[in-house]
Amino acid sequence: MSAPTHLPPLSLRAAAPAALPAERLERLWAWGLASSAMGYVYRPRTKDALREVLDTARASGVSVGLRGAGCSYGDASLNAERIVVDLTGMDRILEWNPATGVARVEPGVTIGQLWRHAIEDGWWPAVVPGTMFPTLGGCAAMNIHGKNNWAVGPIGDHILDFDLLLPTGEVRRCSREREAELFHAAVGGFGMLGCFLSLTLQLKRVHSGLLSVEPVSVRDLGEMIAVFEERKERADYLVGWVDAFAGGRRRGRGLVHQANHLAPGEDPEPGRTLRVAHQELPATLFGVLPKAALWRLMRPLLNNPGVRLVNAAKHHSSRISSGRSYRQSHAAFAFLLDYVPDWRLAYAPGGLIQYQSFIPGQRAAAVFGAQLDLCQERGHVPYLAVLKRHRPDAFLMTHALDGFSLALDFPVTAAGAKSLWALTADLDRTVVEAGGRFYFAKDSTLSHAGLRPYLEEERVRRFLALKRECDPEGLLETDLFRRIFPV
Amino acid sequence: MALVARREDALAALVAEIGSAAGDPGRARAYVHDVTRAPETPALFQRICRDLGGLDLIIYSAGVMPPVGEDEYAFEKDRQIIEVNLLGAMAWLNEAALRFARAGEGTIVGISSVSGDRGRRGQPAYCASKAALDTYLEALRNRLRRRGVTVVTVKPGPVDTPMSQGVERRPLLISADRAAAQILGAARRRAVTAYVPPTWRPIMFALRQIPSLVFSRLDV
Repeated sequence: MSAPTHLPPLSLRAAAPAALPAERLERLWAWGLASSAMGYVYRPRTKDALREVLDTARASGVSVGLRGAGCSYGDASLNAERIVVDLTGMDRILEWNPATGVARVEPGVTIGQLWRHAIEDGWWPAVVPGTMFPTLGGCAAMNIHGKNNWAVGPIGDHILDFDLLLPTGEVRRCSREREAELFHAAVGGFGMLGCFLSLTLQLKRVHSGLLSVEPVSVRDLGEMIAVFEERKERADYLVGWVDAFAGGRRRGRGLVHQANHLAPGEDPEPGRTLRVAHQELPATLFGVLPKAALWRLMRPLLNNPGVRLVNAAKHHSSRISSGRSYRQSHAAFAFLLDYVPDWRLAYAPGGLIQYQSFIPGQRAAAVFGAQLDLCQERGHVPYLAVLKRHRPDAFLMTHALDGFSLALDFPVTAAGAKSLWALTADLDRTVVEAGGRFYFAKDSTLSHAGLRPYLEEERVRRFLALKRECDPEGLLETDLFRRIFPV
Repeated sequence: MALVARREDALAALVAEIGSAAGDPGRARAYVHDVTRAPETPALFQRICRDLGGLDLIIYSAGVMPPVGEDEYAFEKDRQIIEVNLLGAMAWLNEAALRFARAGEGTIVGISSVSGDRGRRGQPAYCASKAALDTYLEALRNRLRRRGVTVVTVKPGPVDTPMSQGVERRPLLISADRAAAQILGAARRRAVTAYVPPTWRPIMFALRQIPSLVFSRLDV
């Protein structure tokens, strides 16, 4: 934002913009807890209340950031010193058709709410992230993907239509047939074009509450990628855990999980396994240890030797269990990040950032190998590294491509932040050079200079032109937007 | 950093000086404002926080000390002193207090004066304004400590600035640069009360012990 360096003389300030109510100031955190910002928080529950917030913003000359459950790792839902609209109060499931699996929801409905509503009728959200807390408005704005991205695309591919409130006050109904350009830009448009008022989603029919899961232990990155490629025709879900501490010949060793839906008849008791109670993650570990306290036990292990040890133990035990299939509930398989509640607190006080890059299939093994080497050389070894398979989609600000993504969780410390950011800048170069992409829901480090080479100039131009059309006053902003699209 | 004051030309010069010293022309931003226009304070405070992207330290240093004759009892002068030295401080620091309390961190520095420690015959309203500021800052500190916020009361003696020029006696005179360094040091170490220079602390301690009847006969 280019603010003048001083206010105009007193006489010109008669109609100075109104101050915002200071009681609305709250500290909002990025999900990774590595950054936070103060914002004036409004929690509308209706479309009219949401419109009022936009009017307040206009009267105060302050921009508005849209926030769902705040599950983006970085600053995508922060709007420092400005208005933040928390949409979690708009959480009604407006329509549900158990015969067709079509749901119409308000933007604050969470993934957790949706699957609990649908599963007993035999439906599961076609695309879910690794945690059930995100709102569907947030999921659509980020166009999130799941462990089945290469097979079914991002969540946007399962949205039939939506109502979008533009900052001008106009509501546009968008679908693939109607307002197709806005449809493909608002999904993945990280809240910069308008606010979803309702979304219609097509869920997936399931014949059991269980998935068939097969773990496959792999010795290195090349083998992991080969396992993905070999299994992607018959798998419904694939996800790879990488031990980022392993180097040399063992670089990229890890564990792939393949999961498949059960065909009708494979589960003798679908009525039982499809019950919400059967899906819920257990609240205790081994039946005794309350999981709410588990992140405290993780803390002593969250350092380089600790994670190295845990990873090695996990890898070696995976050699034994490799190939032995088991059945697991949808929720337990899908929402791995919810298995230990509040685990990100174990990264306090510095928090964590996630660096996820998307690399074309042919280059993935070489680029991710180079990334892991670079991390080890610089002494910033990711505590968690996860590989997924993707495919291109039709959305304007897409992050996906025909290839793989590697998501790297880095702990942030006061002493190490500078060298960590320098490392990510160097990682950026490996990505851009390979024709790779980044993902706004995860990003914390990308700069204006880093954005242009990966999102083609033409896409950026079209997106900004649409933004000017939908939001001529520039009312919608976030810290992320200002970071990568400085005016 | 943001600089708030009345005179645009003086501000511009200061912004340029800070910019060239820091090697970053955008390091300081200037905002023309008169602290006696309290209704404008909340919006301006919020705007500054926006422009800076946050706030961790605020120093309220606005103060006036117009010369007052031995037999002068000029209410308008007194009102101006209270409006700038006390009410302006309340307008700005109330904003900062609420914000920092909600953030759970932040440092408020109020520039008071050794004059707040006794009511001297030369400057009744000035001494009263600084005594009131001391008490206000103490109360803020007591409110905000449990919220993670630091409140520092700075009590300088005469500082070599235009305000003190023309004052006859300037004991322990300190340059503005040295005073500023000591004030920032006090903010950094989260002092409760910082005398500038520190020599004033024992002197003012001693002066405060003098009974009023005796003090009224002294030439201070």
